[in-house]
Amino acid sequence: MASRTPFLLLIITLIVIGSGSIYYRHTEMGIPLTAGEQIDIWQIEATVEFSARNNAVNATLTLPQDPHFELVDEFTASPAYGVQVIRNEETAEAIWSKREAVGRQTLYYQASYKQNNNLPEQPAPEDEAVADVLPEPYQTSANILAELAYEKSGNNSFYVLQVLDLLNSSNQNLVLLNSKYSKTDIFVHLMKLMKIHAYPVKGLVLEDGRRNQQLFPMVKIYVKDKWQIFNVEENSLAEEFPIIVWQENAPSLLDLEGGINSKVLFAISHRSDSALSDATTMALKDDYLDLGLYSLPLAEQNMFKGILLLPIGALVVVFLRVIIGLKCSGTFMPILIATSFIQTELVNGLVGFILIVAIGLLIRSYLSRLNLLLVSRISTVVIVVIGIIVLSTVFAFRLGLTEALTITFFPMVIMAWTIERMSILWEEEGGKEVLIQGSGSLIVAVIAYLLMDNLLIRHWVFNFLGVHLLIMAGILLMGQYTGYRLLELKRFTPMAED
Amino acid sequence: MFSWANPFKLRSRGVMGMNQRNFSYIGRYNDRSLYPNVDDKLKTKTLAIENNIAVPDLIGVIRYQHDVAKVFDLLKDHNGFCIKPAKGSGGKGILVILKTTEEGYLKASGEIVPKNEIIRHISNILAGLFSLGGTDDVAVIEALIEFDPIFKGLSHEGVPDIRLIVFQGYPMMAMLRLATHASDGKANLHQGAVGVGIDIATGKAKRAVQYDRPIELHPDTGKSLTDIQIHDWERLLTLSAGCFEMSGLPYLGADIVLDKNKGPLVLELNARPGLAIQIANGMGMLPRLQHIESLDRRHPSIEKRVAYAQENFND
Ligand SMILES: Nc1ncnc2c1ncn2[C@@H]1O[C@H](COP(=O)(O)OP(=O)(O)O)[C@@H](O)[C@H]1O
Ligand SMILES: [Mg+2]
Repeated sequence: MASRTPFLLLIITLIVIGSGSIYYRHTEMGIPLTAGEQIDIWQIEATVEFSARNNAVNATLTLPQDPHFELVDEFTASPAYGVQVIRNEETAEAIWSKREAVGRQTLYYQASYKQNNNLPEQPAPEDEAVADVLPEPYQTSANILAELAYEKSGNNSFYVLQVLDLLNSSNQNLVLLNSKYSKTDIFVHLMKLMKIHAYPVKGLVLEDGRRNQQLFPMVKIYVKDKWQIFNVEENSLAEEFPIIVWQENAPSLLDLEGGINSKVLFAISHRSDSALSDATTMALKDDYLDLGLYSLPLAEQNMFKGILLLPIGALVVVFLRVIIGLKCSGTFMPILIATSFIQTELVNGLVGFILIVAIGLLIRSYLSRLNLLLVSRISTVVIVVIGIIVLSTVFAFRLGLTEALTITFFPMVIMAWTIERMSILWEEEGGKEVLIQGSGSLIVAVIAYLLMDNLLIRHWVFNFLGVHLLIMAGILLMGQYTGYRLLELKRFTPMAED
Repeated sequence: MFSWANPFKLRSRGVMGMNQRNFSYIGRYNDRSLYPNVDDKLKTKTLAIENNIAVPDLIGVIRYQHDVAKVFDLLKDHNGFCIKPAKGSGGKGILVILKTTEEGYLKASGEIVPKNEIIRHISNILAGLFSLGGTDDVAVIEALIEFDPIFKGLSHEGVPDIRLIVFQGYPMMAMLRLATHASDGKANLHQGAVGVGIDIATGKAKRAVQYDRPIELHPDTGKSLTDIQIHDWERLLTLSAGCFEMSGLPYLGADIVLDKNKGPLVLELNARPGLAIQIANGMGMLPRLQHIESLDRRHPSIEKRVAYAQENFND
C-alpha cells in the first residue's frame, strides 16, 4: 500500500469531528438522542370564490386567532391581486384587492397550524355577563327554560349540561324560541341569564383529507375558570376531531366589496412532524454549529430534511454494492426511487413504479424498432412516462383511488432513464438480466426507503449534522475494502472445493 | 445447492474478488487517460499497427455522413469484411459479411444484405446508435477473420476467442471461450458460454466450466473439452505480451482469435477484464499477480517476459 497515513488521518478526523459534534449537541445543546414525540400539523386551505362586478374588488377574509393553534406558516395565491395579511391583538385577516376584476374569481389562503399543548393563561372576563332582553313572549320562555335548568343543577357546569339537554328536548318553550332564534343564540342567551360569559363563534372541524368544508356555528363559554367550546346545533358532531375557532370577534368570515355570490370553502390535511425540530427552531436560533439550518423558513427546512436523507441512501448503495455485491442498474437511481417512496408510501410506490416501468418498456420496445438516436429516444420515453403518469392518475381518480395520485412524485426523467437502461439491457442480455438488475434496484430502493423513513434516522440526520461526517468516513472506508463481496462467496464456491 | 465458499479458503487459494480487482489492480495501475487506447477500436487498431501487433486488416474508416457512399469503393477488392462502430461494446452494431454475391452481401446467418442496408447501417453507426452514451462515432471496416478450423465442433455458431490476462506485460492466465446454444452464439461466460482454462506454459486445456461449474464435454457438440491444444501458443503469448507496450495498461485483458492464414490476431483489448477466468482455470490469480509485483526487475523484452511466464506460471 502506498502511504495510507493521510487516508487514515482523514478518516480519524472525520470520526472525531463527527462524534465530537454529536456529543456536544447532545450534552451542551440538550438535543435528545431519540426523535421524541410527534406533533400534529394541520394544513388548512381556504378557497374564496365570487363573481366580480367589473370594478374594484376588496375581499377581507377573517383568519383564526385560536390560542389552541399556533401558526407555522401561511401562504396566499391569487393571480394579479394585491394581498396583505394583517395580524394584531384584535384582528387577523387577509385582504385581497384589485382595481378591476371581471368574471368568476378564486382566491387562496393556505396555512399550517400546530396544536398548542401548553396554552397561555387566558384572562378571566372582567365584567359580569348581561343578557339582552328578548321581545315577548320569547323572554318569558327563555326565563322558564333557564329556571328549569337551574333547578336541576348545583353549579354552573351542571347548568350548562342541563341547558344542552333541554336544547335537544321537545319542550314547548324551546320550540317557541327555536321558531325565531337558532339553538346557538338560545344557548348564548340562557348562559348570559345565568351570568355566564358566552358568545357565538365559528369553527372548523379538523379531519384529515376533508375538502369543501364550511365553518360550523359554535359557542364559547367561560365556566370552571376557563373558556370552552360547545357545538350546540348538532350533538352528533364527532368528538374525536379537534376544532379550530376560525371566526371569533369578527362579524363575518368574508367581507366582500365589488363581488357577489361569494362562498368560502376549506380543505384540511394533516401531517405529523417531530416535535423536536420545532422546539429547536425556537430554542437554537443562534447556534452556529447547526449552520443556521433552524433559522431557515419552514419550507426550506423541510427541503433540507429531505436532502439530508440522501447520504443514508448513498451509504446503503455503497454497502450493498461493495459488501454484498448486489447488482443494480444505475448507481444512484435506487436512492431517487427511495425518496419518491417516502412521498408515495411503500406499497403505492412499488405498484406505481412497476406499472410505469412495465408500460414504459412495452412502448420502448416499439421505439427501438424506429432506430432513433439516444437523445430523441430518451426524450420520447420521458414524454411517454409523463403520459402514463397523467393517464393513470386521471383514471385512478375516476375510480376513487386517491392513493394513486402520489404517482406524480416519481422523478420522471429518472424513470425514463431507468426504462431506457433496462430496455438496452433487455436487448443485449435478455429479460432475465433485466429481472435480476431490476429487482436488485428495487431491493436497494426498498432498503434505502426503510432506513430513510425511520423516525430516529430522520431525527439524527437533521439534528446531528456530525452523522454525515461519520457516514462519509464509513463510505471512504468501504471504498478501500478489498475483501470478497458476500455474493462472490456463492459465485466462487467451486474454487473452495477440493 | 445453496452453499457458500469460506472466504478464508478462497483467500488462501489466491482468488481475487471484484473489490480487490477494482481497488488494487485496475484502480492502482490502469491510468484512466489511457482507456481510450482500448475502448476506441480505431485507436486500438492504429496503435497496434504502429507497434507491430497483428490485428485484422483495416479496410477503411467512414467518418462523415457525406462519405457513406464511398464505402463501396473501399469494399470492391474485398470479398468478406466486418463493419463495426469504433466505440461500440458487447457486439452491438457489428455486421459480419462472409462474401459478396450478385444479389448483395451474405451474412453468416445466410441472409443477404442489400447495398442500401449497408448504407443505413453505417449512418446509424455515425449517428451514435450503438456507442456508449449515444455520442457520434465512426464506422470501422476491417477484413473478415477466417477462423481456424481447429475449433470445429467446439463452438456453436459463434467464434471462439482466447482471453489472456496480461499484467505488467506478462501473460499470466488464459482461457478459451466457446459459444454455446445457451449463450446464443455469444462468448460471454455469464450468458452460458463455455470457458476452458489454458495452461500458460503449454497452451493445453486444463479444465472447462459452464455457468461456473466444471464440465468435460461441449454441451452442444459433445466434443471433449479437455484435450484441446492450442497450436502456435508461444506466438500467441508474444502477441498478448506486446499489447502492454502498445496500450500502456499494466492490467489488461487481450482477446485473441486464430485466423486460418494469418495466425493469432488481437481482436479487442479490455481495461477491466472479468474474474471468471479464475473459475475456468480452477485457480486464483492473486499469487501470480503478486509474483509479478514482487519482481525486483521486470524484463523489458517481450520474449523474456513470455519465457519467464512459461517457466513460472505452469501447473
Ligand atoms: N473482423 C471480423 N471478422 C469476423 N468476425 C468478427 C470480426 N470482428 C468482430 N467479429 C465478431 O464480432 C464479435 C465482437 O467483436 P468485438 O470486436 O469483440 O466487438 P465488441 O467490443 O462489441 O465485443 C467477435 O466476437 C466476432 O465474433
Ligand atoms: Mg468483444
